[in-house]
Amino acid sequence: MSPDRMRQRLWQLQQRLAPYLFVSPFVLLFAAFLLWPLLRSLLLSLHKTVGSERQIFAGLDNYAFLLRDRFFWFAVVNTVGYALAFLLIQIPAALLLAVLLNSRRIRGRSLFRLAFFSTHLVGGAFVGIIFAQILNVRHGLLNTALSALLGRPVEIAWLSEPRLAMPSVLLAALWLSIGHGMVYFLAALQAVDRELYEAAAVDGAGRWGQFWNITLPGVWHVVTFLTLFGLIGAMQLFELPYILFGQSAGPGNAALTIVMYLYVYGIQSGDLGYAAAIGWMLVLLISGLAVAQWRIVRRREALP
Amino acid sequence: MIRSRNPLITLALHILLGLLATVSILPFVWVVCASVKTGDDLFNHTFLPPGGFDRLTVENFVRICRERPLISWVVNSTFLASTHTVIVVLLSSLGGFALAKYDFPGKRPLMLLMLATMLLPGQVILPSLYEQVDRLGWVNNYAGILVPGAVSVFGMFLFRQAMRGVPDELIAAARVDGCSELRVWWDVALPCVRPMVGAYTLMAFLGTWNSFLWPQLVLKDESKYTLPIGLSTLTSLQEYQADYGVIMAGTVISIAPVMVVFLLLQRELIEGLTTGAVKG
Repeated sequence: MSPDRMRQRLWQLQQRLAPYLFVSPFVLLFAAFLLWPLLRSLLLSLHKTVGSERQIFAGLDNYAFLLRDRFFWFAVVNTVGYALAFLLIQIPAALLLAVLLNSRRIRGRSLFRLAFFSTHLVGGAFVGIIFAQILNVRHGLLNTALSALLGRPVEIAWLSEPRLAMPSVLLAALWLSIGHGMVYFLAALQAVDRELYEAAAVDGAGRWGQFWNITLPGVWHVVTFLTLFGLIGAMQLFELPYILFGQSAGPGNAALTIVMYLYVYGIQSGDLGYAAAIGWMLVLLISGLAVAQWRIVRRREALP
Repeated sequence: MIRSRNPLITLALHILLGLLATVSILPFVWVVCASVKTGDDLFNHTFLPPGGFDRLTVENFVRICRERPLISWVVNSTFLASTHTVIVVLLSSLGGFALAKYDFPGKRPLMLLMLATMLLPGQVILPSLYEQVDRLGWVNNYAGILVPGAVSVFGMFLFRQAMRGVPDELIAAARVDGCSELRVWWDVALPCVRPMVGAYTLMAFLGTWNSFLWPQLVLKDESKYTLPIGLSTLTSLQEYQADYGVIMAGTVISIAPVMVVFLLLQRELIEGLTTGAVKG
C-alpha cells in the first residue's frame, strides 16, 4: 500500500471512530459509576447485613420492615407535605415577583434581579448554618425583626418547638429558591410578544384577563419545568434541615425527611441493604408524584 | 403587563420591590455584621454596635483559622470544585458533541438510558456506590469524589442541545480544510457554544462547592473536609453556640468569594441557566 493510500485510510478511520471515542469516556464512567451501582443497589436492597461484613439474601424483608416502620411513614408524610407546601408557595411567589419586575417602568431592574437571585448561590448546607442563627430564639434576626415590627418582645422558638420545625425549614428553603424561580419566569416573560397585550387591551381585556389569557399560557412551560424539578429536589430534602438542627432530625425528630431517614438508619447504622431499599422506595415515590404532577400540569395546558 | 401610568402606583411598586429585596439581602448583611462582632455585641446589637470601626474585630476570623483547619478547607474546596469543573466540562462537551453531530449505532438506546437515569434521585445509589468506592480504596480520598462526579448526564444533554446549533456547513468546511474530528470539536464546535461553556462552568463549580452529602460520606479526616462539611461540624459543637460570630466568620469566608465572582458573571449564569428551560 502506498503511503498516500495509507494516510487516506487512517483519515477515514479517525472519522469513523471519532463519535465512539468521544462518547467512550462518558459511557465508561456512566456504566461503572451509575448503571452498575444502580444494579448493585437493587441487589443490595434484597440483602441483610449480618455482623460487620457479611450479607445474606433476605428477599423483600427490608421492604416489609420499612413499610411497617412508623418512622419511615412519618418521614414520608413530612417530606411530601414539605414538597407540596414548597411548590405551592415558591411558584406563585416567583411568578408574582417576575411579573412585578417585568414592568417597564421599574427602574434598576437588573439590580433587583440580582438581589433576588443572589440567595440561590448559597448552598443548602450554608443556608442551614446561617438560618440556625437567624432563627435563634434570642439573638436571631427573625425574632429581633418581629419584635421591632410588633413593638413587643417576640420569642418564638423556631428551632426547638416541634410544630415549628418544618415551617422553619420551609422558610429557609423559600428564601433560597424564590429568586431562582423568578429568573426563569422573567426570561419567559421577556419572550412573550408585547403586541399580544396591546391586542388584548383593544379587545377590552382587563389586567386580570391579560394575565390569565396571555401571561399565564406564555409562562406555563416554566411552571411545568419548575414543578417537576422542584418536586424531585424537594423530595430529596436533606442537608438544609440536617444542618439547621445541628446535625439532627430536629426537636422530637420533627424534621425527619426520607433522605435523612436513609442516612441515619441505613448508612450511619451500617445497614447498606436497608439504605438501598429506602432509596428504591424514594424512586417509586418520586415517580408516582412525577406522573401525578404531569397529569395535573398538562391538563392546564390544554385549556385556552 | 401593567399599563397604567399612575406615578403613585409606580412608587408603590418600587417600595414593594425594595422591601422584598431587603428581605432577600438582609440575612447576608446580618451574617457579615455578626462575623466582625464579639462578646456582648453579638447579643446586644442586631447589626453593628455604635462607635464606628474601633469596636469591630477580625478576632472571629483569626480564631476559626487557628482553632480549626479552615485554610485547608478553603484549599480543598477550591481544588475539588475546580478539578471537577474542568473534568466535567471537557467530558460533557466532547460527549455532547458526539451525540449532537454524529449518527452511530447505539446512540438512541444510550440516550434513552441516560434520560431514564436523569429523574432518579442520586441517593438510590448512595449505599452501593459507597461500597464500590470503598472497595477501590477511594474512601477518604478525593478520587472517590472526582471520579464518580465526572458522570454528568445533565451536562451531556446540555451540550448536545447547544451543539446541535453549530452549523453543519462550518463543520464540513473545517473537515475540507484538513481538521481532524478532535480539532473540529475543539476549534469549531466549542467556540460556537462559548456562552454554554461559561454558564455550565459556573454551575458545575457552584454545585461542587456547595455539595454536602456525598463528600460527607467519603471524607473522614478533618483536614480533608470541604467548607460545608467542616463548618457544619461546628454547628453541633457546644463551644461555638455562645460565640456564633466564629461560625459566621467561617460562613463569610465560604460564600463571599463565590458570591463576588458569580455576581460579576451573573448575566452569563442566568442566561445559561434559563436558555434550555425557557425555549423548552
